[in-house]
Amino acid sequence: MSKNLRFKSSKLVDETYRISFKFNNKTYYGYKGDTLASALLASDVHLVGRSFKYHRPRGIMTAGSEEPNAIIQLHDNTSRTEPNVRATEIEIYEGLVASSQNCWPSVNFDIGGINNFLSPIIPAGFYYKTFMWPKSFWEKYEYFIRKSAGLGKSPKETDPDIYEHKYIHCDVLIIGAGISGIIAAKMAAKNGLKTLLMDEKSFLGGSTIYDNSEFSKINNQITSSWLEKEINEISKLENLEIKTRTSVAAFHGYNFLLARENLTDHLPISQRENKIRHRLLKIRSKKVINATGAIERPLIFDNNDRPGILLSSAMKKYIDLYGVACGENNILFTNNDTAYETAMSLLQRGIKVNAIIDNRVEIDSKLSYEVEKNNIRIFKGYTVVDTYGYKRINGLSIMQLSKDGQKVIGKKIKLSCDSLGVSGGWTPAVHLFTQSGGKLKFREDDQVFIPNKYPSDQLSIGSCNGDLSLEEITTNTVLSVKKFLNINNTDYKTFEITTGINKSKRNIWLLPSDKILGKTKSFVDYQNDATAKDIKLALREGFRSIEHVKRYTTTGMGTDQGKLGNMHALGIISETAGTKMGEHGTTTFRPPYTPLTFGTIVGRNVGEFFDIIRRTPIHDWHVANNAKFENVGQWKRAWYYPKANENMHQAVQRESKAARDCAGILDASTLGKIDIQGTDASEFLNRVYTNAWSKLAIGKCRYGLMLNEDGMVYDDGVTTRLDENHYIMTTTTGGAANVLGKLEDYLQTEWPELDVYLSSVTDHYATISVCGPHSKKIVSKVIPDLDFSDEKFPHMSFKNTKIGQIKCRVMRISFTGEQSYEINIQSNYGKSVWEKCMEAGKDFNITPYGTETMHLLRAEKGFIIVGQDTDATMTPIDLQMDWIVSKKKYDFIGKRSLYRSDTIKDDRKQLVGLLTENPKEVLEEGAQIVADIKKSPIEMLGHVTSSYYSPNLNKSIALGVVKGGKKMLGQKLIIPMENKNINVTVADPVFLDKEGERLNAKL
Amino acid sequence: MFLINCPFCGEREQSEFKAGGEAYLERPKQPTELSDDEWAEFLFMRKNIKGVQFERWNHAHGCRKWFNIARDTSNDQIKAVYKMGEKPPVK
Ligand SMILES: [Zn+2]
Repeated sequence: MSKNLRFKSSKLVDETYRISFKFNNKTYYGYKGDTLASALLASDVHLVGRSFKYHRPRGIMTAGSEEPNAIIQLHDNTSRTEPNVRATEIEIYEGLVASSQNCWPSVNFDIGGINNFLSPIIPAGFYYKTFMWPKSFWEKYEYFIRKSAGLGKSPKETDPDIYEHKYIHCDVLIIGAGISGIIAAKMAAKNGLKTLLMDEKSFLGGSTIYDNSEFSKINNQITSSWLEKEINEISKLENLEIKTRTSVAAFHGYNFLLARENLTDHLPISQRENKIRHRLLKIRSKKVINATGAIERPLIFDNNDRPGILLSSAMKKYIDLYGVACGENNILFTNNDTAYETAMSLLQRGIKVNAIIDNRVEIDSKLSYEVEKNNIRIFKGYTVVDTYGYKRINGLSIMQLSKDGQKVIGKKIKLSCDSLGVSGGWTPAVHLFTQSGGKLKFREDDQVFIPNKYPSDQLSIGSCNGDLSLEEITTNTVLSVKKFLNINNTDYKTFEITTGINKSKRNIWLLPSDKILGKTKSFVDYQNDATAKDIKLALREGFRSIEHVKRYTTTGMGTDQGKLGNMHALGIISETAGTKMGEHGTTTFRPPYTPLTFGTIVGRNVGEFFDIIRRTPIHDWHVANNAKFENVGQWKRAWYYPKANENMHQAVQRESKAARDCAGILDASTLGKIDIQGTDASEFLNRVYTNAWSKLAIGKCRYGLMLNEDGMVYDDGVTTRLDENHYIMTTTTGGAANVLGKLEDYLQTEWPELDVYLSSVTDHYATISVCGPHSKKIVSKVIPDLDFSDEKFPHMSFKNTKIGQIKCRVMRISFTGEQSYEINIQSNYGKSVWEKCMEAGKDFNITPYGTETMHLLRAEKGFIIVGQDTDATMTPIDLQMDWIVSKKKYDFIGKRSLYRSDTIKDDRKQLVGLLTENPKEVLEEGAQIVADIKKSPIEMLGHVTSSYYSPNLNKSIALGVVKGGKKMLGQKLIIPMENKNINVTVADPVFLDKEGERLNAKL
Repeated sequence: MFLINCPFCGEREQSEFKAGGEAYLERPKQPTELSDDEWAEFLFMRKNIKGVQFERWNHAHGCRKWFNIARDTSNDQIKAVYKMGEKPPVK
């Protein structure tokens, strides 16, 4: 049985409510209110993990979100498993199962620990230097790195929990409910402002709530009691909303913040069913008050990372708030007065404090005298030079500091301990402030960065603003909040403060040792195992900017973003380089402040709600007829319709043949449709398309190509003149929204004088395309009143007509090269008209075909698909579509670019047809095209853009882009594949019916 | 994330808008008269100002209107939002 280090009458823990949990397969007990860390410490467990690079044993270092070491895996091998959870934050619940990560096979015996002994050969930049050479070895290295390193395991099953997003708008957001946050909240809410107060912890009051000492008083009341009364009062305020267990993840510009509200992580799993786990709050606040507090700094000395070494403030929090002692024989090591508060908390409960080691020579505070009165040894002007104990500290040695603090002198003294509390003073938590774009300034007195320039309507108060004493916190908070919120009346007059500590501090970034630097391991970043030596090495190797040093040594790049050690890294850099603090920049803290789960980020947008799904009005018919679907943008498009045991190839071959031999039917409803009206509509089309539009007769259709101003093909489609001043334009399925946007842009900003109005009508119509030699018979049966004779209804024309009582438009246009009719009808009639066509086509073997067959059929005709046969580098000339570029028009979008020196080059990539030597061989789309494979390096001439086996031609056909391809007709080229070279011949891209006779084919 | 005061709709989240690049780039009236260099100047060259920059924005998921913004690129402060064709209210 392990020792019990629990002491009665703690503030937060409910000793009547016992909870059992498992850590590394062993059962432990704690109480309601405990964090995993406090419960483990109560059972004398310090060793919780291994460090990332050297696999050194590591213990709990802190009592909050800044924890670098105690990161654990929750519920391993279940759907709720989560890596990188800080043991110092997670509240225990019945059934909690946690395990150490980053160790194998176990935390007590870890293979990777051998890296610790190899560390002389793992210096800073090791990964860069070693693994970059020889390149071919990377795969071997990776295997070992992946096995021995690791920051937890991601879940393999679907997350069973529910997450959601919520928008919040408020007048004042206060981040942090410590003493300054509480004061600010009361002032804001009592003055009628809609106020939101949030804190990442489960309780209010920050560290002041357990400031129970007789030596710390506000208006003659013990500080914690004073604050409790304030909290009682604000919890009744109507204008104030308080959210605990809610941490701000990101502070963006314009006071837009993201926060994660944790609703169920502290509950037993059985009580979480159907409850929302995390809520991502998207907050827009008129004003923001940062009251994020400060984080205690560690001290940088040799072997400062052993389990049992904690921040002194964490030691105090564990005893005062959780009633847990971190050891039975404690030593404190400090450069300021904070550690004396910890000492008093321990002494008051009769816990042994073996000694205090203080960097300062002169110490003059009430508390230090009080400690001395208790017969505790204080080593003044001393530093720790080494610590002992592998899995738990068992002692340390100290030496005297030289006057300048750069060396150690005198004799080494050894002391025993089982726990060491360190305090290097305080670092204001300016993370969120800098995330928002705030600029810092350096305060020489106590070597801290504090807020200087605010980028938005915000204020920092309390210790995150550098007000570190109780007096400053209370007085300055009231003054600055009054001004910031522009309020006159507050309940706060003056504060009468008594404390037992002073502000004096002796700051030494890297404490000296009797060993040479190369022999020490003084950790600056605990999570990433970056030492002072590594930082100095980086500087020696020429790195200067903090951002470069950071990446080279990986300092501050862990999941904790170096909340503890970044200041020391900066300090060591400036000391070594002989520059002022901040001159090399400060590192940028990036969102999220603490890691977020993916669930929180995606909220409800999972599964079928991941993205918007657009379905055509005929969708249900496709589903009922066994269609396979393809995603085209947000649309679900029927891809092919397999019959019986057909695979995709077989289905597409059958569909393709049927469309040319008898009749095919396609759901083309997804094509973009833009309704264009206005007296200048014709002129507008003239300007946006490459060809001429003014002479298009009413009732006629025309294919158009649209370019970007740089001359590259942007979109295409058929536009029909419905009336004198009325057109309907079709666009590609994927391009619809962008084309509309682009046209609006020109209309509003370049040609506001044109009388033209645009409206998207894509969803208004269902579009059914019937093609093939029997198509005319089929549509005649569906619309018997309409004259479908070639004379009355020729190719590229349109008719207004009716099916029953319902108006519709029929266009005779073709994307397959077959005679083809497109019926456009109000969406909700789409499915019934489709069914009518199927019924009418029954005797003619009408065959529904999907997008794959559509692509094949158009490829046989050499029709391009914008985005497949083109990218943003193809002009119409490159596509051999010179015929569509008007020579007569003075101007159109992109015209001038068609004769820039670059676009008129002969050796641009041009669209060609490709025929394989073996007609059965189908090329792979995307395959490279070359002429000479003997020359090295091989010159890449282009690539295959479309490739199919044509059942109508009984051979393989392909389209591709080839440098200077236009002049290569008949030339042999090579497609080099992994295991063979395929011989091809350059051909005309039109493979079938070059004369266009099938458009009027009669059977 | 910006809070943009659309001159037609009022304050809206940035996610409703689309940025359209530098403002006051007039499309040449007679492109055919221009040399390659002059055309390239219009086509490719954009300013990259540290300080107040004039930009075109579109309320894409709102009123679909284009308008101008004067934004200080050094701190992302929007100095002014105004309709197309209006004079910039700031320098
Ligand atoms: Zn608008």
